[in-house]
Amino acid sequence: MDVSSLLSVAFYEGLVYGFVAIGVYFTFRVLAFPDLTVDGSFPLGGAVAGILIIDGYNPWLATIAALCAGMCAGLGTSLLNTKLRINGLLAGILMMVALYSLNLRIMGRANIPLLREVTVFDQFSKLLGIRTGVELSIIFMVILVAAALIILNWFLRTEIGLALRATGDNEQMVRGLGTDTNMMTILGVSIANGLVALSGALVAQNQGFSDVGMGIGMIVLGLASVIIGEGIFRPRGVTAILLAVVGGAFAYRLFVGIALQLGLRPSDLKLTTAMLVIIVLAIPYIRKKMRHEWIPPAARV
Amino acid sequence: MSENHSLLQLRGVCKTFSKGTIDEVTALHNINLDVNAEDFVTIIGSNGAGKTTLLNAIAGVYPPERGGQITINGEDVTNLSEHRRAQYAGRVYQDPHIGTAAKMTIEENLSLALLRGQSRGLGIACNKKRRQLFHKALALLGLGLESRLSAPVGTLSGGQRQALALVMATISKPAILLLDEHVATLDPRTAATVLQLSNTIVQHEKMTTIMVTHNMEVALRYGNRLIMMHKGRIVVDIGEARKNTLGINDLITAFERAAGEEFKDDSILLSRSEYQ
Repeated sequence: MDVSSLLSVAFYEGLVYGFVAIGVYFTFRVLAFPDLTVDGSFPLGGAVAGILIIDGYNPWLATIAALCAGMCAGLGTSLLNTKLRINGLLAGILMMVALYSLNLRIMGRANIPLLREVTVFDQFSKLLGIRTGVELSIIFMVILVAAALIILNWFLRTEIGLALRATGDNEQMVRGLGTDTNMMTILGVSIANGLVALSGALVAQNQGFSDVGMGIGMIVLGLASVIIGEGIFRPRGVTAILLAVVGGAFAYRLFVGIALQLGLRPSDLKLTTAMLVIIVLAIPYIRKKMRHEWIPPAARV
Repeated sequence: MSENHSLLQLRGVCKTFSKGTIDEVTALHNINLDVNAEDFVTIIGSNGAGKTTLLNAIAGVYPPERGGQITINGEDVTNLSEHRRAQYAGRVYQDPHIGTAAKMTIEENLSLALLRGQSRGLGIACNKKRRQLFHKALALLGLGLESRLSAPVGTLSGGQRQALALVMATISKPAILLLDEHVATLDPRTAATVLQLSNTIVQHEKMTTIMVTHNMEVALRYGNRLIMMHKGRIVVDIGEARKNTLGINDLITAFERAAGEEFKDDSILLSRSEYQ
């Protein structure tokens, strides 16, 4: 593969998985809620969009339905956490496991092909008069991601958005100021999983099939993107952080592309990603250790 | 509101921790308290006297117990949960980290505080009009924070954060201001500055205030009424006229007469002149 096609594939994938990265950023960083629903809500998006398209619904409608389904999954996780007081990490795992069965139910089998169906990419190509391909996918995704970033950038500056961010920063203060922090958690986790499911719906339509296993490792991919984005761009302020997270998804996909070119087996990809996240997370600790700084005891939750 | 109708009224407020276990502690014994509008009450007492528990009860941290009743501005707030009661009372905690959000900017913190107890909408939180308001409120502190509106709060010192927490507690003009040993973790000089600022804001905004302190000097110097607590009861309650003529030794005598035991909290006796 030549450099330009390597770059353009990474660019497209960075954009489409950028939604996952934004979702993970929303839960892990904004809300400080380690949500693992993502591995289930990503294929949920693919399943809902896929089955609706096969049933002859408009692909745009199917994609929006996938987004809503993802929000419902997030709603489920956050309700388990806020109303039944189940540990956030566990609530996400429970929802992820439940979604595996649910996704199989929705699709009726483990894999549904979409190659012969009309997808949002086909409709967009007709609209612009450009042939489907990586270029078209990039144009389409740039528009979608830009729209999402503009909306989120606005939302995080509104009165509700501020309360949402403060909930992850200092929950006690927000409650002391008269805002129901449970509501903020529910809202944030729902939005995050809606974005992740949207990503799943778009990936399924672009690759031409929806698979029940396509969500495995999505959480690690999202985390890797967020960490890489923060590491490379060192963003300050809401707008910069949102851009950095999508940038991180692009950088991550580029690394993956290069690693595959260098002969890494696709089946080793998840291991490599996990190692990457481990290394990046461990660096601050090792640095402190080398400087003999005080280190707090390991957190269990 | 009639003349003799107090702004804050506590009737038979009790609080027992670990009820029914061997560790049962009665932190508040049947407290009755009336605070008039624009009163500045200082509360002093040794550890475990029930000072902070009293503030928590007023702020609604605990569910009500055994027929106790709390009214603010004539409204019965007994059964309102903490976040619903927030609109009535602004609070500054001992720990500056509790009162402010570190990752957010000064203006974002103030925007959050401005809408204390109100529903939050989809309008942009920090608009021009609000920034002017924040600028004015922070300028009163004289710490230069008004020119650093977009700085993250995590970059401020403990004293600056506590001063900001003070502005956050008062900017929505709640009925009551609760100060819970809010200078206890600061170094003596900063503590003196923040205390002075608290007094300025209370006078300027004519806030009804309850301040818990560990320091007799402070309890005597500030406010127009002094309450001493001991083992969950109010044992001394001194009004403005008498308070101004009182010294620390008089206070100790008053305490010993009321509590029927010798005053021996070293931390209070030793902290007598900490902020001078």
